[in-house]
Amino acid sequence: MEFAELIKTPRVDGVVLHRPFLPLVEGTLCLTGHHLILSSRQDNTEELWLLHADIDFIEKRFVGSSGTIIVKCKDLRIIQLDIPGMEECLNIASSIEALSTLDSVSLMYPFFYRPMFEVIEDGWNLFLPEESFKDLESMTDEWRLSEVNRDFSICPSYPPLVVVPKDTDDDTLLKVASFRHGGRFPVLSYYHKKNGMVMMRAGQPLIGPNGRRCKEDEKLINATLRAGKRGYIIDTRATAVAQQAKARGGGFEQEANYPQWRRIHKTIERYSVLQDSLIKLVEACNDQSHSMDRWLSKLEASNWLSHIKEILTTACLAAQCIDREGATVLVHGTEGTDSTLQVTSLAQILLDPSCRTIRGFQALVEREWLQAGHPFQHRCAQSAYSSGKLHGEAPIFLLFLDCTWQILRQFPCSFEFNENFLVLLFEHAYATQFGTFLGNSAAERATLKLPQKTVSLWSWVNRPQEMEGFVNPLYEPNSLVIWPSVAPQSLQLWEGVFLRWNRSSKCLDEAYEEMVHIIEYNKELQKKVNSLRRQLAQLETEGSPLHTP
Amino acid sequence: MISVEQVRLLDRFSNKSTTGTLHLTATHLIFVESNSTSAQEIWILHHHIASVEKLSLTTSGCPLVIQCRNFRMVHFVVPRERDCHDVYSSLLRLLRPESYDELYAFSYNPKQNDRQREEGWQLIDLAAEFERMGVPCDQWQLTDVNRDYKVCETYPRDLYVPITASKPIIMGSSKFRSKGRFPVLTYFYQEKKAAVCRSSQPLSGFSARCLEDEHMLQAVSKANPNTRYIYVIDTRPKLNALANRAAGKGYENEDNYSNIRFQFVGIENIHVMRSSLQKLQEVVGTRALSVTDYLVGLENSGWLRHVKAIVDAAIFLTRAVTVEGASVLVHCSDGWDRTAQVCSLGSLLMDPYYRTIKGFMVLIEKDWISFGHKFADRCDQLDGDPKEVSPIFTQFLECVWQLTEQFPQAFQFSEWFLIQIHEHVHSCQFGNFLGNSQRQREELVKEKTHSLWAHLLSGQQNYLNPLYCPSYGYTNPVLEPSTLPCHFKFWRNMYHQFDRPMHPRQSILKQALTLKENNRELESIAQNLQAVSAIFHVISHVHQEDEDELVEGEEAREDIPVGSDGDRTVEGGSATENGYGELPLSCGSKPEPAMVSLEFGVARMTC
Repeated sequence: MEFAELIKTPRVDGVVLHRPFLPLVEGTLCLTGHHLILSSRQDNTEELWLLHADIDFIEKRFVGSSGTIIVKCKDLRIIQLDIPGMEECLNIASSIEALSTLDSVSLMYPFFYRPMFEVIEDGWNLFLPEESFKDLESMTDEWRLSEVNRDFSICPSYPPLVVVPKDTDDDTLLKVASFRHGGRFPVLSYYHKKNGMVMMRAGQPLIGPNGRRCKEDEKLINATLRAGKRGYIIDTRATAVAQQAKARGGGFEQEANYPQWRRIHKTIERYSVLQDSLIKLVEACNDQSHSMDRWLSKLEASNWLSHIKEILTTACLAAQCIDREGATVLVHGTEGTDSTLQVTSLAQILLDPSCRTIRGFQALVEREWLQAGHPFQHRCAQSAYSSGKLHGEAPIFLLFLDCTWQILRQFPCSFEFNENFLVLLFEHAYATQFGTFLGNSAAERATLKLPQKTVSLWSWVNRPQEMEGFVNPLYEPNSLVIWPSVAPQSLQLWEGVFLRWNRSSKCLDEAYEEMVHIIEYNKELQKKVNSLRRQLAQLETEGSPLHTP
Repeated sequence: MISVEQVRLLDRFSNKSTTGTLHLTATHLIFVESNSTSAQEIWILHHHIASVEKLSLTTSGCPLVIQCRNFRMVHFVVPRERDCHDVYSSLLRLLRPESYDELYAFSYNPKQNDRQREEGWQLIDLAAEFERMGVPCDQWQLTDVNRDYKVCETYPRDLYVPITASKPIIMGSSKFRSKGRFPVLTYFYQEKKAAVCRSSQPLSGFSARCLEDEHMLQAVSKANPNTRYIYVIDTRPKLNALANRAAGKGYENEDNYSNIRFQFVGIENIHVMRSSLQKLQEVVGTRALSVTDYLVGLENSGWLRHVKAIVDAAIFLTRAVTVEGASVLVHCSDGWDRTAQVCSLGSLLMDPYYRTIKGFMVLIEKDWISFGHKFADRCDQLDGDPKEVSPIFTQFLECVWQLTEQFPQAFQFSEWFLIQIHEHVHSCQFGNFLGNSQRQREELVKEKTHSLWAHLLSGQQNYLNPLYCPSYGYTNPVLEPSTLPCHFKFWRNMYHQFDRPMHPRQSILKQALTLKENNRELESIAQNLQAVSAIFHVISHVHQEDEDELVEGEEAREDIPVGSDGDRTVEGGSATENGYGELPLSCGSKPEPAMVSLEFGVARMTC
């Protein structure tokens, strides 16, 4: 298929662009296969360069012979284009609609994007499971790297290499896989160096209405327990939901068969509920009404902060079991690809200082989200302006980023990255020139040959000139486990994402700059004082022989 | 003095408790934790206690719940009921002093001599402040009509009025206004020669009019050469103003006053505000609060709606003055609550000076203290009418805080400054806020008490906003805040100032303050080092060295403080006494494990 077939009118003059808090721009609108471009005619500088993939929804309005297109983006921005001429407007609108909803992944921009920068460090090779297993091996010999899934046949959503208890052979894994949802047998998620405790994750056990059991499954997870110690199973579903799952072939670990485990149910909502929550929240944030009551009741009705609280609480619980109780933890929900990953990844941020560094956080996203099979492409196909029937879209990853932001706010000096880095990941999960977040699993990424055909987000972001904007100037490594408050009074709306386009950020940006300046100046002064001290010491030693009596 | 041992202090939001000894002194209730390693001490000033409740006896003892005006809530369990009763009844006696001389301010002695004390009182000079605004001038003059508080006993002695407002006009207008509070100048916007005036409501009833009062407003209008009309902002909801007419009060009839533009801005009265904050406190004091209950409670309390109404009114005032160049008269009923809020907040938006530490003190001194905000009644200093108590001033401080959140570089002070002022408005430790009016204060205060402003200025490095940009006021003299509801937030650091686990464990504010102080030190070290090396250079040029000189040089070098580690703690002057020190948490390069611990809010395991 040629993109040209979809572009009925490639170029319109006299288009007026409205953006919040920015002056109007009049210029020429151009459509390409992947971009909507508007440049002002005066100096021909680009004023807008928008990926079609970033467009969530468009609305058309007509007054007389001219039309207006309201473009709602996945990054929550809303812009307005006034287009002279009814026909042009209709053509542009239908082209945008077609180009922003292309079915085929291989037509997406990352496959066409050629980096304008030199790739120094290929992001595709940065976080290989073999490498991280070497780290693990240096701490413990109780685990092994299994290739049982090398052709993705046992578990389509798992990567080719997974970490499992050493004494569990691949045949056992095969049996356990048939007992777990989507073949997601329990694998190692995190090893807590401090006390040797571990966190595992899996899909729900398929006990079904008749209470099936699987001895191998019991044996596998029991192998991770210390003698005489109990473990905790954190089921991210409410008890009732987990009960109902039995009727559909799923379920939860029965006490009788897992006597050494204590099961805790938490209530993290499923994707359709969360998508609905996001839509309501963004609707509330875009409401220009001046009524305080209306704002608060809409914010409440969105339930967004309740979800944040629930997810954070569950992650704290998992971390508490590991660090405070000295217990092994197994986390699962239904599929084990959504709420499970929110909990396991957030728990690691609390427990493991290295996850709070930039590289460490990238590794965490790579390990606990991309490799772990979070279906990014399904979840992020539509954002807050989605309408009509949804196909598994949900802000699971955005909720994780929001929770991370909440922790970052409470420990502003303990993270190497700043808020902008989290916003960047949000943007690129939804629309991007990079291949990192394409596909739904390691298997799909392999089929699409992403490492060969696209550029990794990490290749770009890890270049020093880009990194500069994402470094937290206040960072001082904090080797401790951190315990955030989850009281509602301690949680806040993430303004950097949800009010980003509804506020003038000038004052806040300048304040941030000032903060950076204070810190830079401090470093400069330290340097100056040190070099003066050295100079002085030198002068002294040069002068001293003269004084030796 | 009573001391009770083995008292348990229950944590407000978790199941934790600590054991210690409770002491009751003439001025404070003190709890000293018995655990020797971390021996925490809590000092509660009797004046800070809003209520004491003795709950029914339990198996572990007799619970005593104390609610403080600075939003501290403590829950003790006293082992023996008799001891509990002793503490309870003593507190009840001490709680509500009947006369001013029982207040802490009259016994508080910070080891200052009389001269220092006097100087403290002279720090703020309102005459100088009006001069700074450009008053007196060709249109505005100082009047001595209230020299003996005869015309209006709740106004200050010195008042500024239009030059065309003669004494008979003033007297006439005064008789036509509630409590004699006739229109006077409170802020002069020099750039446009526009005035902000304040008064109480007119006694217009359904049809009464007063020519002198009409003249008075005309005089205000004439004093502004740029605009012919003036705005009259009635800060009450229209319904309240209408109801007042039935009582012979009310608002200006536009038909009788020439060239006025009348506007209601709908801020609720002291009773609504009191119950609003009460509701808010109930909600956020709930244990295991859900997000839904929190947000619904926040909405139902109406608190943020009220805060926004005040900010909205101040913005309306500011636009009228700075954009239209019009003069404005602001009033409510008596003109000492809502009027003070709107006038002072409006001035703060218009004039960068009020956004400095000193300027903010001046602002409070002018619009609140001198113009007779009834601090004694509103803050319940003496055993008075509970219906007169209302958090009007707290609300003003919160409005300022909301602005500091939107303009992080516009204010010289940080929220700690606001919280500290709030603390002392209720502490009765300083003379500034005692009594209900300037007149009352003159009789009471200056001879015997200390001024808060001196105390705050001496510790001002603790209240600095590290991000403050002094030139911000030049580039943005007038602040234009957003009034979208999403920009108004719950002020956790005020209402939960003693609930430490709810706060961020590391404070950016504190970190930045430390760094800035460190920068100043490094600058002077660098300077010293440069000076010393200059000496060395001189010496090495002169071949015949004098040993003494070199020794001097070495001494100078030893004087230089050894490198700073950027990890110094900045504490308030009286941290332990007032709990302010509990706000900032240490966050240096070597965090103590104690700081980061399993706290409330983190999930309890439930199966």
